[in-house]
Amino acid sequence: MSEQDQASVPHTHEKREHWSGQGAFILAAVGSAVGLGNIWRFPGQAYDNGGGAFMIPYVIALLTAGIPILFLENAIGHRFRGSAPLAFRRVATHAEGVGWLHVAICFVIGIYYTAVIAWALSFFFFSFNLDYADDPAGFFTGEYLQLGEAGTVSTTFVPHVVIPLITVWVIAIVVLALGLHKGVERLNVIGIPLLVATFGILVVRALFLPGAADGLEALFTPDFSALGDPQVWIAAYGQIFFSLSIAYGIMLTYASYRRRRSNLTTPGLVVAFGNSSFEVLAGIGVFATIGFLAHEQGVAIAEMSGLSGPILSFVTFPAVIAQMPGGAWFGALFFGSLVIAGLTSLISLLQTISSALQDKFGLSPVRAALAVGIVSAVLSIAGMGTTTGLYLLDTMDQWSNQLGIVAGAIAMVAAGLWFSGRARELQRHLSAVSTVKVGSWWLVLVNLTTALLLYMFVQKAWTLLSDGYEGYPTWYITAFGWGTAAFLLLAALIMPRVPWFRDIVHFHVWPTRRQLGLDAHVADTADAGTTEGSER
Amino acid sequence: MSTESLIVMILVIAVVWGGLAASIVALVRRPEAADMPVGGEDTQVPDGA
Repeated sequence: MSEQDQASVPHTHEKREHWSGQGAFILAAVGSAVGLGNIWRFPGQAYDNGGGAFMIPYVIALLTAGIPILFLENAIGHRFRGSAPLAFRRVATHAEGVGWLHVAICFVIGIYYTAVIAWALSFFFFSFNLDYADDPAGFFTGEYLQLGEAGTVSTTFVPHVVIPLITVWVIAIVVLALGLHKGVERLNVIGIPLLVATFGILVVRALFLPGAADGLEALFTPDFSALGDPQVWIAAYGQIFFSLSIAYGIMLTYASYRRRRSNLTTPGLVVAFGNSSFEVLAGIGVFATIGFLAHEQGVAIAEMSGLSGPILSFVTFPAVIAQMPGGAWFGALFFGSLVIAGLTSLISLLQTISSALQDKFGLSPVRAALAVGIVSAVLSIAGMGTTTGLYLLDTMDQWSNQLGIVAGAIAMVAAGLWFSGRARELQRHLSAVSTVKVGSWWLVLVNLTTALLLYMFVQKAWTLLSDGYEGYPTWYITAFGWGTAAFLLLAALIMPRVPWFRDIVHFHVWPTRRQLGLDAHVADTADAGTTEGSER
Repeated sequence: MSTESLIVMILVIAVVWGGLAASIVALVRRPEAADMPVGGEDTQVPDGA
């Protein structure tokens, strides 16, 4: 490189925290991706959608959708070096709202996700005395949640739900306030190996239970006729998409904390395959355990219900634990795993919000943690700590997860690739810094995936509009379902109008467009969005 | 377990866990790209900054 070229490479000093290394980033990203859905969603999805045959669309979805979208998010976060709103603002002036849409999704999910971790924490302690053993279903919905009437809003708080809920929020705020290194990174560096060890012990134990082979038979028996059913393919793409923590700002935020001279694609492959590896491990563990329950009850697995979701974790598993020799320890391992998997994912949600507040308002990590944590905790306790919390959780999850995240992905591709003219720039950025290069095939896959996501979005929105959800009254669905969607939309529309409280002008992309072999009609000092300047 | 489901299970494990192992090996062998453009050095910021 000539001296003249070297002189044209901008200084890239910036005030941003970094991961201590590549391994720390990978563990944190795996910690975000591996969550409750890996344990309670994947096995049921696979079983319901062709068993062993489901694995074919699942692996294809991983390679053609999960990994390409993950790369896109990593590329935007790494190149434009900011929280979701700041990175999208740097992508294009009018794209900041996409970042706020992502942040708002994290905020909504954080409110109810914490409740599930709180339940798991309670059940971890219940395991030692097998409190739930006599009547697992009655214990969970009756004695523990004291479940009220569906489609109503209760103001009766359940103290033994509220107390663990407060505990989880305090832990989350402390971890967040400790900052990226001492908080988020340390939690994952300790938590992920611990989770793998804990869950690994549980799976090995499950495999030696009587009936375990029948469970695995049920999970892996291929029904190849299912491959002709488009809904099975949509289920596989949905599972990959919802499981990987992609398209709502988390992976973007985590990638923004990587140093500029960092490999992006190969660590991305480790994260994606790591997430699916845990998912397969969970499938084996869960179905081996269910096989044991079927064996004990003398019924066929096909006749059993409660094979996914909260009921799998808080009713079916306690039923197994109750009949198992050494069940208390098995229960503690299972619910301990849920707590760890949930906490590492929760922290990634909250860090995405905290990072946005730090960037937009110039807050310190401690102040941002307190702001996010206290507001979220109050809403979470008010909504989830009552006798109707389960219904609210279920409703908010449908709209924010099934609808919001899909919209977040479509908006990300539209802003990052379609309307900003940065598709080639992001592709070359990935290749310039990474060991595994990406070609035009990457852009083709991202666009094809987005077409499928558009179909999924329209299908889901139409179903919710025409059929409602779970038979809840219209006013309830309007207030808490469509109300959640309206909140996401308003956040995306209003927040970009709030001025930036920090300097966002002094920023240069690296590698420069010239270094990427692109013309420099889009300035390397970022785009019109940042040259508008520091608004304060 | 039937032979059919056993084969499917082994194939799934081989592809998914094999993919993880292969990615880790690739990363250990070549942790960083050797042909990165010049520039891009960062300054570390301490926590709380």
